Amino acid sequence: MDNLCSLTIAQAHEKLRKKEISSEELTQACIDRIAAVDSRLNAVVFNGAEMAMEQAKAVDAAGDFSSPLAGIPYLTKDVYCEAGVPTTACSNVLRDKTYVPPFDSTTTTRLKKAGALSLGKVNTDEFTMGASTETSCYGVTRNPWNTDCVAGGSSGGSAAAVAADECLFALGTDTGGSIRQPAGYCNCAGIRTTYGRTSRYGVMSMASSLDTIGPIGKSVEDLAIILGAIAGKDSLDATTADVPVPDYRKALTGNVKGLTIGIPKEYFVDGMNAEVEGAVREAAKVLESLGATLKEISLPHTEHATPAYYVICPSEVSSNMARYDGVRFGHTTSGAADLRSYYEEARSSGFGAEVKRRIMIGTYALSAGYFDAYYRQAQKVRALIKRDFDDVYSAGVDVILSPVSPTPAFKVGAHQDDPVAMYLEDIFLDSQVMAGIPAMSVPCGFSKDGLPIGLQIMGKQWDEATVLRAGHAYEQATEWHKQKPTL
Amino acid sequence: MASLTPEQVRHIAKLARLTLTNAEVEKFATELTSILAYVDRLTQVNTEGVEPLKIATGVTNNWREDVVQQHQASPDALLGCSPLPIIDHQIQTPSAHG
Repeated sequence: MDNLCSLTIAQAHEKLRKKEISSEELTQACIDRIAAVDSRLNAVVFNGAEMAMEQAKAVDAAGDFSSPLAGIPYLTKDVYCEAGVPTTACSNVLRDKTYVPPFDSTTTTRLKKAGALSLGKVNTDEFTMGASTETSCYGVTRNPWNTDCVAGGSSGGSAAAVAADECLFALGTDTGGSIRQPAGYCNCAGIRTTYGRTSRYGVMSMASSLDTIGPIGKSVEDLAIILGAIAGKDSLDATTADVPVPDYRKALTGNVKGLTIGIPKEYFVDGMNAEVEGAVREAAKVLESLGATLKEISLPHTEHATPAYYVICPSEVSSNMARYDGVRFGHTTSGAADLRSYYEEARSSGFGAEVKRRIMIGTYALSAGYFDAYYRQAQKVRALIKRDFDDVYSAGVDVILSPVSPTPAFKVGAHQDDPVAMYLEDIFLDSQVMAGIPAMSVPCGFSKDGLPIGLQIMGKQWDEATVLRAGHAYEQATEWHKQKPTL
Repeated sequence: MASLTPEQVRHIAKLARLTLTNAEVEKFATELTSILAYVDRLTQVNTEGVEPLKIATGVTNNWREDVVQQHQASPDALLGCSPLPIIDHQIQTPSAHG
């Protein structure tokens, strides 16, 4: 029974349902895989093998595999609270005294209800701030396709774990590309949902007007299965909306006839990486050959998305990080003369450099005299970016294609002393955030060095179904997503 | 956008309740200046008459009954996450007045 851990959810579900395999065997296969490869990747930061096996045995004993997620083991980005499970946001602030939340996030609760088993926690940049997991207090996660390279970030642990078959799927978060970029770097499928489509209750906040949570998996069909279980209004997250959740699996017709696919000229510029451009243009041709219509479009405010993101995000970070004051959670210091010095000492000795940088930028942008010039102006630019998408969609475009990242995965340490270079990693990933639309990363090829290239498929707000439909049809016609790294 | 002086960096840090070493002040002065120079291009975008977009989906107030609801964790379980002493269901912090 080897290779069970390399199954997709849909494949494993068939075997579980027919009792060809047990959840215990499937879970053990993932645990064995983690033991065999994770020392080379550093994806797993809390190994919950014991709790997972207990749950697997319980699912097997109950014998009910009607839910497509029953008995399916998964890993969770280290920012989702699970009662009794250490959750540290890969920050010394919470690692110091090992924060163990006394409550569950809505998403992990919904997955548990669907029968999925949590195998533990995976690496992220500190409080999700980064594009490479290099800001994690546990150190960088390496790319399963080439361990000299990063797995991407911030959900780099999630993507590496899925690509290396340490689990069947993983949860991530996407504020400015943190699901899509690592999924693209690791040859996984990953979707950022419409803002408010999935509940963020119990997930540590970074930038509240931008944060979304979602899955990284081995196929688009698997993403549809997971979204079916986790999407929808939650009374505990006031930003979730009461919009009906369709049956995402039914949307996977394999048919894209009649779809109009926009190709935005601003995402294909002179001097861009030829391998990335070639792979994405080829993917567009594949969809065209399946019956979709390609249409060149313009999203004129694209270039302003990343600067706007790096005003809005740090501003909201500076506010959200205020809660880590050494009083309610984790890290502490002794001997402070007064409360104010205590706050300063606890925060300064707990946070890493990137978190401090963002807190400082945000504090500056929100301070007296600068608010209108930065935060308010960025929100106006955000309105213009959303208008670009509204115009294109109302002119009949259904989905939009672009690269996920400007290049394949970069080497560990490549952007070490240049925060702006790291921020430019998001250049194709921030417009969707500003517009609140869903966007998915799907494998679409490899560089000559053997590194994966990701295709981004964007949709209309609340229309994850069409994004999944297009991605699934593409996957049916190609073999990229089936490629596995050699570890 | 002018470059940030070490003094300004110290002032921002004070507002953010962070204390920085001299080496950090130097480093942040350079890095924050380069980040601000990058985002400064936003000032060139014509946004005349554009309303700021706060939430992309336009969701506004999401009302519920004004009733206390306790989800999962008890107040004492939440207090148990504090690294400071708990006395009579309250966290004992260093004095606000020194």
